[in-house]
Amino acid sequence: MELLEKIISLRFEIAAFLLFGIGFMHLLVEKNLIKKIIAFNIMDSSVFLFLASQGYIQGRTAPIATDGVTDAALYINPVPAGLVLTGIVVSVSISAFFLALTQRFYHRYHTVNFDEIMILAKEKDVD
Amino acid sequence: MKKQHWKAFVDWVNGTAPERAPAAMPELPAKREKSPRTKPDEARRVRVFSRIYRITSLVVCLSVVCVLLYTLFHLPLFGAEDNPAVNEVVERYVEQGLAETGAVNMVTGMILDYRAFDTFGESSVLFLAISCVMMLLLKDQNNTTAADTLQLQRERETEREISDPILKKVVSVVFPCILLFGIYVVLNGHLSPGGGFSGGAVMGAGLILYSAAYGMDAVSRFFTLKTFRTLTTTALLCYALSKAYSFFTGANDLPSGIPLGIPGAILSSGLILVLNICVGLIVACTMYGFYILFTKGEF
Repeated sequence: MELLEKIISLRFEIAAFLLFGIGFMHLLVEKNLIKKIIAFNIMDSSVFLFLASQGYIQGRTAPIATDGVTDAALYINPVPAGLVLTGIVVSVSISAFFLALTQRFYHRYHTVNFDEIMILAKEKDVD
Repeated sequence: MKKQHWKAFVDWVNGTAPERAPAAMPELPAKREKSPRTKPDEARRVRVFSRIYRITSLVVCLSVVCVLLYTLFHLPLFGAEDNPAVNEVVERYVEQGLAETGAVNMVTGMILDYRAFDTFGESSVLFLAISCVMMLLLKDQNNTTAADTLQLQRERETEREISDPILKKVVSVVFPCILLFGIYVVLNGHLSPGGGFSGGAVMGAGLILYSAAYGMDAVSRFFTLKTFRTLTTTALLCYALSKAYSFFTGANDLPSGIPLGIPGAILSSGLILVLNICVGLIVACTMYGFYILFTKGEF
């Protein structure tokens, strides 16, 4: 019973872990480079979900002191919000870089399939 | 032998290396038949390898997920007050943040004052990303074939021919609102939810919408590569200089001379407003830069 309660309470964390697994699996197995990038973004999102759910505290509000009250018992944890912000920026940058690389690959080899790119690279570009 | 390599490297750096790779490019057939050179033995080995690879990756993934799920037993309940992540650092940020940084929004106070160096790193990551994308995608005579140019020209012609009056009318109404809202979010970063990153993303989205409605060349009238370069480098330099100043005064116990103002006023919280504007400019330029580089390949 206690375990069931814990599982229901930690549903966001469980979802984050499962999403991480799904993203990781597809990152390894998918051959399409675009799908690899999507899987990478799913992994990123799962980490953000985990951080945000760990920062939440029941019954407290966002850390914005509009009325000047600064009592630590009133606000949720502001640190995960900052970490998620950093993570989102890095994830956007990495996705853009990966996509640009994929576009160059496509221009050169006319495919986004990773295996075919490797075969073509071996055939055409070995000195 | 070594000299030869060095000379080749220098030639490559200077861009005077003899052409060799592009000649192979147009010959690639659009559709390849199953390569006849691979012997049946090799094909079998590849099949076996891919099966082993799949099974191994499945095992690795499942074990990672199992380890993660096992940690659930040690996690505090969702929304618990005694979460160990809520430690003295968080208390300090919440209780002293308003007095020390002057920002009503404690997250902004945290990321742009206590942890401003980290945010500088973030802005640099964005700048680095747009630089890399520019290196890869910016069109010049080395990476563009005549076919590419022709295709882009044709795309622009269709864009000019098929005018979409509904989209254009809606965008002409919505675009100023989006831009204004972005500016509002940036300027109110220390007072309300938002800040440089979200406001910059809103502004960038507005520019992308404008470009999508009025054609790729419409934004180029007021936003060229030169504007982009000037804006991003100035914003980054401004961020670096203002934060270097406050680090210098803070480390040497000097008075910074920057008034914190009344919390809640728009001109308050010292340097945070300036930093927010810098970050907002960088993010807006970067978002729009990604879009235009991926669609057009030039500003």
